[in-house]
Amino acid sequence: MRRLVVVGASLAGLRAAQAARNAGYDGELIVIGQEQHLPYTRPPLSKELLHGTQTRDQCAFPLGELQVDWRLGTQAVGLDRSAKQVLLADAEPVAYDRVIVATGCRARQWHGTGSELAGVHTLRSLDDATALAAELVPGRRLLIVGAGFIGCEVAASARSLGVEVTLVDIAEHPMLPLGRELGQRWLGMHQDHGVDVRLGVGIEALTGAGRLATAELSDATRVDADAVLFALGSQINSEWLADSRLELNPAVVCDSTLTSSQDPDVLAAGDVAAVPVPLAGGLPTRIEHWTTAAEHGQLAGRNALLEPHERATHHTPPYFWSDQYELKIQAVGCPALGARAELIEASAEGDRLVAACISDDDHVVGVVAVNAAKRLAWYRRQFTPGVPPALSELRAELSQDASTLGIPAAGASL
Amino acid sequence: MKVHVDMNLCQSHGECVVVAPDVFELGDDDVLVWQEDVDESRRDDMEAAVNACPMMAIRLED
Repeated sequence: MRRLVVVGASLAGLRAAQAARNAGYDGELIVIGQEQHLPYTRPPLSKELLHGTQTRDQCAFPLGELQVDWRLGTQAVGLDRSAKQVLLADAEPVAYDRVIVATGCRARQWHGTGSELAGVHTLRSLDDATALAAELVPGRRLLIVGAGFIGCEVAASARSLGVEVTLVDIAEHPMLPLGRELGQRWLGMHQDHGVDVRLGVGIEALTGAGRLATAELSDATRVDADAVLFALGSQINSEWLADSRLELNPAVVCDSTLTSSQDPDVLAAGDVAAVPVPLAGGLPTRIEHWTTAAEHGQLAGRNALLEPHERATHHTPPYFWSDQYELKIQAVGCPALGARAELIEASAEGDRLVAACISDDDHVVGVVAVNAAKRLAWYRRQFTPGVPPALSELRAELSQDASTLGIPAAGASL
Repeated sequence: MKVHVDMNLCQSHGECVVVAPDVFELGDDDVLVWQEDVDESRRDDMEAAVNACPMMAIRLED
């Protein structure tokens, strides 16, 4: 191979480029990125960058001696697999021998009445975060639509800055993927911190003279606000592959070596890749977590140098986290696949806990830890083979383990 | 080589513990402890730990 092209210059794309070089690849290496910025890390955008405890520069990934031909501010608009070229919006096509697709996601936009007003935000990029940070002035009123991870993290950040926050979601509880029991806990936490949480309602329209003034909700109430953040989840950046004849679901469907199902010279990594996940029954699944993007990128960069039969597989169970107020939430596995959640460890003070997300057949498909990082590390090892442990076996093991936070009484509620 | 961890950045994700459990460990208080002097033969693992850290808190020094 003489030329490896990576489309996408965020975490997965960067790790792919680094891994290829670390594996000894010394051919041409081109990384195409839509944003003008060199790769940067996104988790601080909803937290430290808003608080002002981390600067934009501190979000940049260290690049060391990495030898890459960066093509930034450049949008890929097509993949011509017969000519082996990446087509660009306003530049000559870039030929490849192998290509890694790492174009990730973008924030889902809201297109209702008033969406064009000043003060309407989404949060995905560094520039989005800078614009939102400028709105977070003590005493101002922020409306957040969507009580998922980003919405809840921004709510916590904004409250700590003295901003008045209203949090709205059509769901019945925040943090939907964590299930009802944990979601109720989160609801109470945000309310305790002074967030006005409105559940089971959506946004009908935004009004204001040039700038947002009022939001009309679906329950016919109104919320006055200086700014609104739409935290409605993400959309996959795969439209540019529509004519590529790759299998899209709409993510790029891959095998567990991150090789696309249609073409051994096309690999995918990160949020844009649908890869078989053992905990999800082996179905091609997108996992939008930081660590998965890092792992995918690294594996794709190495595998792109190898012939298909030599390529290694990805099998690390998903891991993610969220920081809100004084709580560190960490999770392993696929909590969203659980039918119910049960408390399996809790400290006497109740400030640290571990909850198991349990399938209908009583297997633990995910574990959520609150302020219990060392314990979560133990659970990650229980998931390593990728097969969900049986709840009864896990409980038996915990009862013999002196290092737990404490075993709650059977049936203790979350 | 020397392994430095910026404890102002570390948030106890434990990615480094997964990569190299013999070098990095979370204590009972969830605070990271680690070996500062690591043999050169472990360079690949240490670089993997640097890249795995979501907080970019780990730095190597020759």
